[in-house]
Amino acid sequence: MTLLLPLTFLLPLAGTLILAFSHTRLGERGSAWVGVISVGLAALATALLVHQFLGMPEARGVTLWTWIAVSDFQPTFGLMLDGLSLTMLGIITGVGLLIHWFAAWYMHGEEGITRFYAYMNLFVASMVLLVLGNNLLLLFLGWEGVGLCSYLLIGHYYHTAANGWAAFKAFIVTRIGDAFLAVGLFLLFRELGTLNIAEILQRAPELWAAGDPMVELTALLLLGGALGKSAQLPLHTWLADAMAGPTPVSALIHAATMVTAGVYLIARLHGVFLLAPDVLLLTGVIGALTLLAAGFAALAQTDIKRVLAYSTMSQIGYMFLALGVGGFEAAIFHLMTHSFFKALLFLSAGAVIVSCHHEQDIRRLGGLWRRLPLAYTGFVVGGAALAALPLVTAGFYSKDEILWQALASGHGELLLAGLLGALLTSLYTLRLIIGIFHGNPGSDNARRAEAGRGLAHGLPLIVLVLLSTFLGAWFEPPLVEVFPAPHEGGEGWHLALEIMASGVALAGIALGAWLFLRRGAWLADVASHGWGARLWRLWHHAWGFDAGYDRLLVRPYRGLVEWLRNDVVDAVVGLVARLAWWLHVGLARTQTGKLRLYAASMVVGATLMLLVMALAT
Amino acid sequence: MALVWLILIPFVGGLLCWQGERWGEQSPRWIALGTMLLVLLITLGLWWYGDYRLPPGAEAEAVPWAIEWRAAWIPRFGIEVHLALDGLSLVLVALTGLLGVLAVLCSWHEIGRRVGFFHLNLLWILAGVVGVFLAIDLFLFFFFWEMMLVPMYFLIALWGHSGSTGRTRIGAATKFFIYTQASGLLMLVAILGLVFAHHHATGEYTFSYAALRETPLSDELSTWLMLGFFFAFAVKLPVVPFHGWLPDAHAQAPTAGSVDLAGILLKTAAYGMLRFALPLFPEASQAFAPVAMGLGLVGIFYGALLACGQQDIKRLVAYTSISHMGFVLIGIYAGSELALQGVVVLMVAHAFSTSALFIISGQIHERLHTRDMREMGGLWGRMGSLPGFMLCFVVASLGMPGTVNFVGEFMILFGSFPLVPWVAAIASAGLVLAAIYSLLLMQRVHYGPPQGEGRFADLDRREYAMMLGLLALVLLLGLFPQPLLETSGATMHEVQRLFSDASAFMSSTEPMGDS
Repeated sequence: MTLLLPLTFLLPLAGTLILAFSHTRLGERGSAWVGVISVGLAALATALLVHQFLGMPEARGVTLWTWIAVSDFQPTFGLMLDGLSLTMLGIITGVGLLIHWFAAWYMHGEEGITRFYAYMNLFVASMVLLVLGNNLLLLFLGWEGVGLCSYLLIGHYYHTAANGWAAFKAFIVTRIGDAFLAVGLFLLFRELGTLNIAEILQRAPELWAAGDPMVELTALLLLGGALGKSAQLPLHTWLADAMAGPTPVSALIHAATMVTAGVYLIARLHGVFLLAPDVLLLTGVIGALTLLAAGFAALAQTDIKRVLAYSTMSQIGYMFLALGVGGFEAAIFHLMTHSFFKALLFLSAGAVIVSCHHEQDIRRLGGLWRRLPLAYTGFVVGGAALAALPLVTAGFYSKDEILWQALASGHGELLLAGLLGALLTSLYTLRLIIGIFHGNPGSDNARRAEAGRGLAHGLPLIVLVLLSTFLGAWFEPPLVEVFPAPHEGGEGWHLALEIMASGVALAGIALGAWLFLRRGAWLADVASHGWGARLWRLWHHAWGFDAGYDRLLVRPYRGLVEWLRNDVVDAVVGLVARLAWWLHVGLARTQTGKLRLYAASMVVGATLMLLVMALAT
Repeated sequence: MALVWLILIPFVGGLLCWQGERWGEQSPRWIALGTMLLVLLITLGLWWYGDYRLPPGAEAEAVPWAIEWRAAWIPRFGIEVHLALDGLSLVLVALTGLLGVLAVLCSWHEIGRRVGFFHLNLLWILAGVVGVFLAIDLFLFFFFWEMMLVPMYFLIALWGHSGSTGRTRIGAATKFFIYTQASGLLMLVAILGLVFAHHHATGEYTFSYAALRETPLSDELSTWLMLGFFFAFAVKLPVVPFHGWLPDAHAQAPTAGSVDLAGILLKTAAYGMLRFALPLFPEASQAFAPVAMGLGLVGIFYGALLACGQQDIKRLVAYTSISHMGFVLIGIYAGSELALQGVVVLMVAHAFSTSALFIISGQIHERLHTRDMREMGGLWGRMGSLPGFMLCFVVASLGMPGTVNFVGEFMILFGSFPLVPWVAAIASAGLVLAAIYSLLLMQRVHYGPPQGEGRFADLDRREYAMMLGLLALVLLLGLFPQPLLETSGATMHEVQRLFSDASAFMSSTEPMGDS
């Protein structure tokens, strides 16, 4: 236990170090081996931990050393394992292993594979620290670490400046959230005198009554951090651009793990949020808004990965909605199933992209289902789980739980948003699948598609396919001890809701099938004229947030930088020197060497002096 | 006696370097390297064998010096050669030794002209800095304070680079000299004022730190004297609007000069505030704290904004220093123990990360023969392991957890938040700006399409060792800052005690003023 727990982050960290100091001596295969094996061993350690935990399900921890100790500020390098962190740990190392493995196929023959795996391993290590840290400073270490790895991996193809800027944007936008989070930590420490999570959860209800302005403020600041990391309104703009990274990166960081860190943070500090009902409601509302806004945006994307990116935002919106209504267990359950099926979708997308010679525009693909059967299976199963098709998919069970919590807690408006979102989900999922796999190939790249081969390609996909079905929903996260009991309600209502949600999902599929298969030409016509075109543009640019921020923040900032570039303050202080120089020039002029001038000035000077003296007396 | 040696060794070593040029081109470098290694070893020895922790039960007493050495100098005015060492000075002297070694190493190939005289100047700067950190006679302190300037002036003026747009190395050197000289004179006036006030009260001339601390001062006088000290230190730190010399001096100085400037010369200012401005005038400093913290905030944002707009790598890094020193200023005047300890850590952190970035700028300059970022881009795949190291130090400079910079910045913020929540909250926005300028640096230098074919020379063993050593220190202290904190703890505790006593004193006198 004391050894096993730190190993989960030390092993990937060791992988990073080996790769970083290998100086390309390892070669492609060697690097991939190191990268995959280090995460594999971490997954093995996790499996052992799961075994131990299920044998004796109680929270446990190990403190490695005291990080900083100054007066009463004593954050430690302490790890804590409870049902919540165990669930996260399982997702990170389990799904992480599959994605690392798949990446060996995906990145085959590309430059910089050592760098790629070094960052990926570092990411896993940071993410593990994020979920295992028993205090918020250590959590913050992981939090920033995953942000850094995300930055590095988005910018992996550094030759294209645009990728660098996408990475830059991702880091800066999330960092804005992080600044809020940091202030939240300062506030927590000032009020509670500790950063230890267990102590915070214990002391917060003792200090604050529900609705105390101070706890509302604290929760709001923490929420700011969560919004940035989890790409929720209004800090969501970075995620779509983050798709510039290699597809396995999108699968691991921008779908399965890092973007869910915000959900983890709120769930982890649920005791604080429960004391702040207004902020909790705000969380739910933001989640509902994001899931709708991103759902509409996903309808109007042409890039496979951008559709999936908006879908990720939308699904995390569901998780925030669940958190907002107090359904913490439902949120984490959906987090888990989402990580399965979204990783599957991204990896399948990766398989399509590599098979089609890096073509990722839906309009230029098509008719691939016969050529790429495994990717097709992945998309169908993953898509079904995303759309929450009843009974057979993992997504159904978790999304149903969220909607049920919304209903049982009496938030009808959030429930409606969730149901509308389910319709949108079915629509865009079907549009994506039909666009890629049915109809006629839109380009030579699609016509010359070659299916991927080998264990690294096939096995991760197959495992994730299985996990995305109802089998994945069999994993029941051991969260009973962690969270307060979920909302209860009549069984009859629950059944009615299940039927309704299934109906919505199926209706969406039917509508989508009719629209995209039968009415494709009509739809294209609508989308290219008048209001249809405007709506398309609005959704395609995700409601114009980027342009708005550009005008409101980026350009004024650049203007300010431009204005200050030559150091205005220094120029002002420099006037002193300038003045001395002018005096020098002026006085030097009087030295003409003309005797007459000197004599005259002496006379004038003497007269003036006498005058002054005469007046003074 | 060890303290005297700490100053004498670099001083004599400098003379040897100067004359050593006769024995060969390389000999001054080796002599200088040996000298600085010796200084570093002595400080490490002092650190290893000394005990700098807070003695239990010594709460109210002034903390005794760990080592003290005194000799009469000008007895008529009570001027002594009085050196003393405590945890704070030890940390900074050790830092000086380490950065001295790096400064010698990084100029190994860069400096080709008058090698002996170069190292004479370099070592004399370091001797002056060590003197500043050890002197506790105010006259002696002023002596060393001025002594640092002259060799630095020569370093910039003789071995500097002339930048673009009419910025010359001579101009930069002159600007540096005038700024620091003028502000130093103000400090001299303040020192003399304090001594005369002491003479007026006790009838005795003395420049001794311990004696002058007990001088009874009227509120007005102590404010003026405090401002005299503050101004000198503010120019050196630097605090906006007195920062004008720094970007020019950095950009035009040779790499070793930048390393010394950023790594230790700026620290003398923070040290001066912690050692003199605060303990000598606690009440006046306490009253002045809001202004100082406001200036710190201005510095954080102004430095960061300007850093974003620079084209020259070294100017960019120079402006980031201004931004970081804003945090230091806030920490010093927030005055809680946590914040003050954070200041010590951030000083060390800034010394490491910024010197590393300057050394890297120098290495890029040696390969590309330019420091203009418009001529760079896409260097990632063409420079061996340099981009990786640069990434690490850039990330450290933006305060990534796990690096020592994070520990420093966050201790300052955690420590100042309970006292001045708004200042800390606004300063936190500086974290975003730090990310912007740091990543802009990466983006402009290493990302984008490569601007040419072929690869540049990889780091040689000397360069690699320097980078790896600094990186190891940044990470080690980032994860285990405790040895550092324990060393400086007693001193900082004492500063905090004086400062909080002053605030208690002020709040207790206020109601009396009302009645």
